Amino acid sequence: MSPYFITLIVNNQRYVLEIGNRPGGVKPSHTLAHTLRENLGLTGTKVGCNKGECGACTVLLEGKPVLSCLVLTVECDGKSITTIEGLEDSQTGKLDPIQQSFLESGAFQCGFCTPGMIMSVKALLSSSSSPTDEEIREALSGHYCRCISHYHVLEAVTRALHKSR
Amino acid sequence: MEKEFRFIGKETPRKDAGEIVRGKAKFIDDLKLTGMLYGKILRSPHPHALIKEIDASRAKKIDGVKAVLTYKEIPGWRAGLPSHIGVLDRKVRFVGDAVALVAAETEEIAEEALELIDVHYEPLQAVYDVEEAMKPGALQLYTQFPGNVFPLACPWMGPNSLQEVVMGDVEKGFAESDIIVEGTCTYENIPNPLPLESPGVIASWEGPEELTVWSSSQCPYLLKVTLHYAMGRINVRSIAAHCGGSFGTKVMPWHLVFYAAALAKAARKPVKLCYTKAEHFAAFTLRLGSRFSGRVGIKKDGSVMAVSGDWFINAGFCSDAAQGMVAVGCGEVQLMVRCANWNIKPKLVCTNRNASKMVRGYGGQELEAAFIPVLTMALEKAGLDPFEFFKKNYVKPGDGYYWRDGNWWVCRGINYEKVMEKGAEVFGWKDKWKGWLKPTSVSGTKRTGVGVGMHGNADVGEDVSEAYVRLDPDATAVIYSCVSEHGTGQRSSLCKMVAEVLKLPVERISMAPPDSLVNPYEFGPVGSRGTYAIGSAVIRAAEDARQKLLEKSAPLLDTRPEELDTEDGMIFIKGRNDKKIPWKAGIGFDRTCFGYGRFEPDFTVPNFMMIFVEVEVDTETGKIDLRRVVAATDVGQVIDSQSLTNQLHGCLGSAGLDSAIFEESVLDKKLGRILNPNMLDYKWRTFLELPAFDTVILETPFQTHLFKSIGVGEIVTSPAPPAVLMAVSNAIGKRLAEYPLTPDKILRALGKVKENKARSTQ
Ligand code: FES
Ligand code: FES
Repeated sequence: MSPYFITLIVNNQRYVLEIGNRPGGVKPSHTLAHTLRENLGLTGTKVGCNKGECGACTVLLEGKPVLSCLVLTVECDGKSITTIEGLEDSQTGKLDPIQQSFLESGAFQCGFCTPGMIMSVKALLSSSSSPTDEEIREALSGHYCRCISHYHVLEAVTRALHKSR
Repeated sequence: MEKEFRFIGKETPRKDAGEIVRGKAKFIDDLKLTGMLYGKILRSPHPHALIKEIDASRAKKIDGVKAVLTYKEIPGWRAGLPSHIGVLDRKVRFVGDAVALVAAETEEIAEEALELIDVHYEPLQAVYDVEEAMKPGALQLYTQFPGNVFPLACPWMGPNSLQEVVMGDVEKGFAESDIIVEGTCTYENIPNPLPLESPGVIASWEGPEELTVWSSSQCPYLLKVTLHYAMGRINVRSIAAHCGGSFGTKVMPWHLVFYAAALAKAARKPVKLCYTKAEHFAAFTLRLGSRFSGRVGIKKDGSVMAVSGDWFINAGFCSDAAQGMVAVGCGEVQLMVRCANWNIKPKLVCTNRNASKMVRGYGGQELEAAFIPVLTMALEKAGLDPFEFFKKNYVKPGDGYYWRDGNWWVCRGINYEKVMEKGAEVFGWKDKWKGWLKPTSVSGTKRTGVGVGMHGNADVGEDVSEAYVRLDPDATAVIYSCVSEHGTGQRSSLCKMVAEVLKLPVERISMAPPDSLVNPYEFGPVGSRGTYAIGSAVIRAAEDARQKLLEKSAPLLDTRPEELDTEDGMIFIKGRNDKKIPWKAGIGFDRTCFGYGRFEPDFTVPNFMMIFVEVEVDTETGKIDLRRVVAATDVGQVIDSQSLTNQLHGCLGSAGLDSAIFEESVLDKKLGRILNPNMLDYKWRTFLELPAFDTVILETPFQTHLFKSIGVGEIVTSPAPPAVLMAVSNAIGKRLAEYPLTPDKILRALGKVKENKARSTQ
């Protein structure tokens, strides 16, 4: 059988991956979270529950936030994906304003939930320039943060909104 | 008085903030070693059983499987307090107990192999309730612990570790009381602290007696020491990754290390073992089960005359630190209630469920959650305001208490009345408190109520810390202190402290990685000890290094070291600007300058936290809505305000406040299974249900160290559960005494649903 390949565009970079059981390949059962972390070394995407219950693994698929532990990699052929590593300016290393706001607001404690939250906020602010407080909370409601950094996260989102004005 | 600090108390981004927001911080599951294998565990479906037969031959034949271990072929390492748990045993003691271990080239292969291990069990009778477990005739989990009761000695706390609260003459105290109450309260919902990151380790043998361990521990040096003793005095190097939340649970993940190290030894390859969330729920760490049953006698003015009772503590299938939690709980209850006559007898019991181990709140939260509702029955009878009662009774400078080492210590801290008053004012306590079992307001089926809780801990100065500080000629400094970053910002705060001592920008201070090979002894950031204990060692090391720098520089500036100061990498004569030399000249371009600091335990400075809560209860549905929280504390001097407020907000998380409302590991007492081992059925608070949250932080100087500050992170969760119980009781006008306050309990208390004795899960 001739090998079967898929293409992913991750953080504006093209990756061609072989589907199958060969070492380094992508199995049909592999999740996007697994492929990003294990094949592409993009460990900024965190896996908390691996079952779609905590939001930690959120990435953008065609600009929309998805739980990468629930998406199969084979479903993403030809699609564009943004992970936390793709937010900063690849030339200058300058942080995305949302990352910068999280940094300035101290919007994390252990930081394990942070990449996922930043991706959800990125999606929210890309689709709406002035979300209400309720919309912000709604957008973040699937994110589990056991340290309770929520209040500083809300402050960071407000800060990011001010920056974008 | 204007404080002249450049860095302390100033808002500076955490040193690791850039890594965290970029997704570059490395957590344990982000690490990979060359040739590394993946470990998986076969777990028991029975709560109590003997393995009659186990056959792993089919599993061993699978391609990619490199090691399969059963109880027949494991090393004789042992842990627990006293030592009672091996790597694997022929007997399993809870649903989820480890039965066999597999290491394979991928996780999928390892999982496949688990399914090919054939086990034949002989099920045994299981026991879940503390009092049932102690009855004659109950099946024994361990032959060496008759009656399923653990001995309470905790040798690492000293030869006389505290095992009870017994002093004075309780009979006399009761005779002198105006009011005596008696009751029972249970905090036995065994909530799960559940950090987002599940625990994990990597084990790699460098030689037959040399093991390197990477882990998500918050205390890598303590883990090294624990493993050294548990694993036959081997030489362990312990390295911590960024820790994705711990709340105490990841202090000593020795069992994960046992599994990974046994597999690594058998396979002769490094092995990574990261728990899945289901394993995290089923086989990691729960809060202690706590039941207080006893009597309290008070005078009408709120003086407590006598306390006596039984404290039943359910540790689950094993204990590795519960004795320490009992000791600290017994100390903390004395801080909160001034009383001359005590007789509280703890019983630490093992049962057939997953273990309760170290968790933020560490014994005190568990004891007080169950004890305060009994105590406050007396306040109700006396018509006393609980806020005034707490204010009167919290330990004051000059008061004494038996602490965990069994010694009598006298408080040389501060009087916290000022911050209590301030907290009450911000919350509006005096307007909202309407009396016992009286709602603050009623609107249709909705009733609001308020409650207050208080907690303090003298462990902020517990145990030993050591640190080095190295000054380099290029005017940078390096801290060597074996502390991993687990969310409190501790590493960053230590950098700020050293920056302040050396008057050097924070960017010029860095910290050696949390690796026991390069750092000196460090107990670790637990029990709010980071600020005082670890801080003291680090400050002393910085001062020592600075002193040496000035001594070396003095001859070059024709003066004595006392005349010198240093700032921004220059050394100069105080008050003069003309003569300056750079560090490079003082130290020498090819030298470094080293300082050493040590902290010895000091149990004389209790910290303090008061939590006020307002709830709204729907008497139709029984649902509780948490409306408002005010957390009030005095920290002496804020080191880093963002880290501090983040920690205070943490009272809602880590099996804290919400363990009073909905958090519960629901144990099926027929099958021994936890029925909600996932993040949908285990309830957690979302962004949509956040209460209004205010923090009140005062800065009254403490006699601790240079910055006169004290830590409070660990104690934040503890005052909350009894405060919530009080608020809900007041809202519905019925006294409640069993956590968590799920709608069924509320409706039962209101007489709207019938008592269901057959409820199998309780
Ligand atoms: S890891 Fe994907 S939702 Fe939890
Ligand atoms: S910061 Fe620890 S889970 Fe959110």
